[in-house]
Amino acid sequence: MNKRVLFETIRTLVAIGVALLLALIIIFSVSDEPGYALERFLLGPVTNLRNFGNVLEMAIPLIFTGLAISVMFMAKQFNLGAEGGFFFGAVGATALVLTFNLPPVILPVAAIIVGALAGGLGSALPAVLKARMGASELVSSLMMNFILFWLGLFIINNYFRDAMAGAMASHRFPDAAKLTRILPGTRLHFGIFIALAMVVVVYLFLYRSRWGYALRMVGLNIRFAEYSGINTKSVILYSQIIGGMIAGMGGTVELLGMYPRFTWFQLPGYGWDGVIVAIMARNNPLLVPVFAFFLAYLRIGADIMARVTDVPSEVVAIIQGVMIMLVTAERLLAGWRHRMVVKEKMKAAEAAEVEGGGVQHG
Amino acid sequence: MEEILAMKGITKVYPNGIVANKDVDFSVRKGEIHAIMGENGAGKSTLMKILFGMEQPEEGEIYYKGEKVILHSPNTAINYGIGMVHQHFMLVPSLTVAENMVLGVEPKKSSVLFDFEKAVQMTEEVSQKYNLAIDPKAIVEDLAVGKKQKLEILKALLRGAEVLILDEPTAVLTPQETKELFEELINLKNQGFTIIFISHKLKEIKQITDRLTILRNGRSMGIHETKAISEQEISRLMVGRDVVLKVDKQPATPGDVVIETKGLSYHDATGKPVVNQMSFRVRKGEIMGIAGVEGNGQGELVELITGLKKPSVGDIFIGGVPVKDLTVKEIRNLKTSHIPEDRMVYGVAAEGTIGENLISDRFDHPKYNGKLLQKVKSLISRSEELIKDYKVKCDGHTQQVNMLSGGNIQKVVVAREFSSDPKLIVADQPTRGIDVGSTEFIRRKLVELRDEGTAVLLVSADLNEVLELSDSLMVMYGGEIAAYFEDASQVDEMELGMYMLGLKTMEQHEMGGATGE
Amino acid sequence: MGSLFDIIFSANFGYAVLRVTTPILFASLGALISIKAGVVNISMEGTMLTAALAGVAISAYTGSAFGGLVGAVVVGMLLGLLLAYFALNLKTDIILAAIAINLMASGGTVFGLFVISGDRGISSSLASKVLPRIQIPILHQIPVLGPVFSNHNVLTYVAFISVALVYILLYKTPLGLRIRAVGENAHAADSVGISVKKTQYIALIMSGAFAGFGGAFMSMGYVSWFSTNMIAGRGFIALAAEALGMGRPFGVLLTSLLFGSADALANALQAFRIPSEFVQMVPYVVTIIGLVVYAQRKHSAAQKVRQEDRA
Repeated sequence: MNKRVLFETIRTLVAIGVALLLALIIIFSVSDEPGYALERFLLGPVTNLRNFGNVLEMAIPLIFTGLAISVMFMAKQFNLGAEGGFFFGAVGATALVLTFNLPPVILPVAAIIVGALAGGLGSALPAVLKARMGASELVSSLMMNFILFWLGLFIINNYFRDAMAGAMASHRFPDAAKLTRILPGTRLHFGIFIALAMVVVVYLFLYRSRWGYALRMVGLNIRFAEYSGINTKSVILYSQIIGGMIAGMGGTVELLGMYPRFTWFQLPGYGWDGVIVAIMARNNPLLVPVFAFFLAYLRIGADIMARVTDVPSEVVAIIQGVMIMLVTAERLLAGWRHRMVVKEKMKAAEAAEVEGGGVQHG
Repeated sequence: MEEILAMKGITKVYPNGIVANKDVDFSVRKGEIHAIMGENGAGKSTLMKILFGMEQPEEGEIYYKGEKVILHSPNTAINYGIGMVHQHFMLVPSLTVAENMVLGVEPKKSSVLFDFEKAVQMTEEVSQKYNLAIDPKAIVEDLAVGKKQKLEILKALLRGAEVLILDEPTAVLTPQETKELFEELINLKNQGFTIIFISHKLKEIKQITDRLTILRNGRSMGIHETKAISEQEISRLMVGRDVVLKVDKQPATPGDVVIETKGLSYHDATGKPVVNQMSFRVRKGEIMGIAGVEGNGQGELVELITGLKKPSVGDIFIGGVPVKDLTVKEIRNLKTSHIPEDRMVYGVAAEGTIGENLISDRFDHPKYNGKLLQKVKSLISRSEELIKDYKVKCDGHTQQVNMLSGGNIQKVVVAREFSSDPKLIVADQPTRGIDVGSTEFIRRKLVELRDEGTAVLLVSADLNEVLELSDSLMVMYGGEIAAYFEDASQVDEMELGMYMLGLKTMEQHEMGGATGE
Repeated sequence: MGSLFDIIFSANFGYAVLRVTTPILFASLGALISIKAGVVNISMEGTMLTAALAGVAISAYTGSAFGGLVGAVVVGMLLGLLLAYFALNLKTDIILAAIAINLMASGGTVFGLFVISGDRGISSSLASKVLPRIQIPILHQIPVLGPVFSNHNVLTYVAFISVALVYILLYKTPLGLRIRAVGENAHAADSVGISVKKTQYIALIMSGAFAGFGGAFMSMGYVSWFSTNMIAGRGFIALAAEALGMGRPFGVLLTSLLFGSADALANALQAFRIPSEFVQMVPYVVTIIGLVVYAQRKHSAAQKVRQEDRA
């Protein structure tokens, strides 16, 4: 067990190292002032409070979508609908805060609930299709992302649009809806506590509740789950719906924490980022905030670098891609691991021989 | 006769740490039929996979015709003249016989296109030359098993094989097909081919092989002339003890009927009845064995009883409750336990921990749950208890199951299934491929549970096991009950074989009270 | 609604269907080849996007549209190779590796465009070329057929011809036989000395090449520039088209045409007072409906067998 954790840790570090090395090479080959660019990239986020605040702000939505994807991937449901769920959750929350005049605290709480429901609704269809007919959730959830996006835009444009605003935007949110800023000099908001609370909730759900247990067993071996009497269809349903709900919560928290009104006229991309976070975290909810922070750090670092030098911030996309590929590359360092196992077993076998026993076999 | 092939000091360790072969020496002479024998899991298949280039050994050397060779891939092996007929046929079902024949050595026309006519012609030529008749244009998925095997042998011959490896070729054949196969093999031997024959069936080996090599626990127990070694000696070398495992047990005292089936049938996707009109019952405190050659509907019967499959026709009652339309969970709640045939597919989540695997049937029981969260402490202490009671050799309940040996993995399954206070245990191949110690342990547990009043339905391909453990005995052939013996201790092994191979079938009245009609 | 039918049955609409089907068809043929070999390539979206940029950049640099096309296809093949290397050699889960490629492509193309041209988001400063349109003699003169089938971009014809080529490849060549054998029973292929890995490499590289064609069409035919995320989900729709095409090249042709029609319909509907958001949704909704129908049919076929058994 410990050896496995050690091995996975080393692999993750190697993946990050290789990806950063690649970033280094790219920066050196495209920039006229590579040293400065690199310094801004790596240290920019910690040079002042505002920048560091930006990192924390950005980690919030990544934690939510990372958790959402972790729950779904843990059940081996390749639902990629966190993107649509995040967006549609925010649309639902917008609808609520602009329709009902509720007091502070209650209003954001209600908004988060509605956002979660909207997000859950978005991933319900792929879940139902998978559970009832075995239709691939992968393709249908991808399609749902686009459908939810256009549906969301339709709702905002037709019912909540502020005609006076220059660009397309909803009416302003009431102050009661907004999440409190918690660190002066930054935009860091109360959402970070909600995100961290969700980390704990999701952890307890997955590792300490019977529903989480069933979910994990379905993910590990669905035939074993079926044989054991676990209702696999219901797991397929609730794992995806819960994933969608967490994404929807994330969209709501992000919107109410960071924006005065709904102004997203593109999918924000946090759903895909959630895939990155979940993969890096091996679907472990407790690791999700770590990698959400890490990814946010890279993003903000790249933004700072792009602002003051000639290196575009999208270099991060390449780093991320390489990291995911290496982290999930089972064979990476596997040779080394195999040699380790062989050596150990041979030793054990010889020891057994001395005792007069046979070789353990399968 | 000269040695055509030799393997020296072969050691193979799989990535999961299982040592499949340890320092094995092996050699065959040109023109002989040479058996490789051993129990399930003794390392026969691994050794042959190495010889066919499918696995690479950690240590050891291979010599072919006196020359040292390195077999990186099946392709290299084929080029040297080594062909293999696998236990699970290596055929592409949707393609024709001819297409399967030439796969990898496809004839071409106009230098780019596949020449189907030529492929058909090539197939016919080889098939005539070696007197193995087959229709080149038939689709493979429509072929009978015997024909598929013939196709596999032809494939190897087409590729110029001089050494043919056959991995348990008779396991899937009817007696007639087996007879035919043996004639063909002897015919090939007479034409100068060398045949390596993997099996654990003593009689067959005595019948057609010249020499044999016995493997036990991944090690070679030496090469022997078939004529010069007795069956007792072979079996001693194979299992490592002189006597077959004996289980002490008192005569059964059966009570009320626990499970009863009536006219139970199951049809597969093609509409073929795999289980056909089966009516039987098993009583409290009784082990009923089901003997039969594998693939005669035993697996499906087990899945019907445990709820993994739904019957096409007929009824099943467990403790008087009709279970035909119940879910797996509901059937388990009737105190039914199930040891599945393939532990790695159904029995465990291999990447999960031992603890997680021990609770899959009771994780939602109120005893282990609060309102929202599980009572982790009581789950862990239960797991630790089971690990101790069932002597699972491990580092603790957090160890991953796939790090254990086969026998210990099976103990995890058994611990879970036996500890839920079962009224009915359906045990499908409970000791397949595991070490002697675990086997003995599991068999003893089964008898213990019977004595405590559990009804046991035991399906096993291991005749020793069935005869040793069963109180009453049923034979399945072609999805039907071919024979039923109220008292298993009175069964004659030879007679049993006749029923298993479908050479004999009992009349309804002979089966006595079994069917309860 | 009368005028809607006028639009659908007009030659313009027919022309538009073929035009918008082109990229989907390329991508779904690519997906088909990879799936036949038993490897799922869901990186079509990112591969098309990268190839679209490569086509624009290389055609601008070489001054040759053909050079751009070759560049796009080569880039597509390289991405196929990359996916193959990770999935087959390093044993990365192929779906996750493909997601990584898609992510890299969406940011990487923006980065690449900026590095190459200094442009942000759209390749306005690159003098890229456009692949020629082809007037088919005689056919061109025929009413209705002419306007529908003639004067398309050369790649539209290539796409439709590719359907037949893929059919021949898969069913009439040794390589096709091997690809199908590997996809259906990799062990069987392996046991007769066919390298499963090599065959899957070839299939993934070919699927990358088709995505390359699709990408080149997008930036050098459909429009004449590169812009951020210009593939807009076509690579994903192609996966659905492949799934519905039941593993047959001509089935894939039909389903691609179905999705192309939905796309063209979306454009046509914009003339009506249907909210544009709903119009935009059409292709995705059609995809889901298609998946449902497909799954339902498979499902009920399985059930039918069971019911007949009971009877």
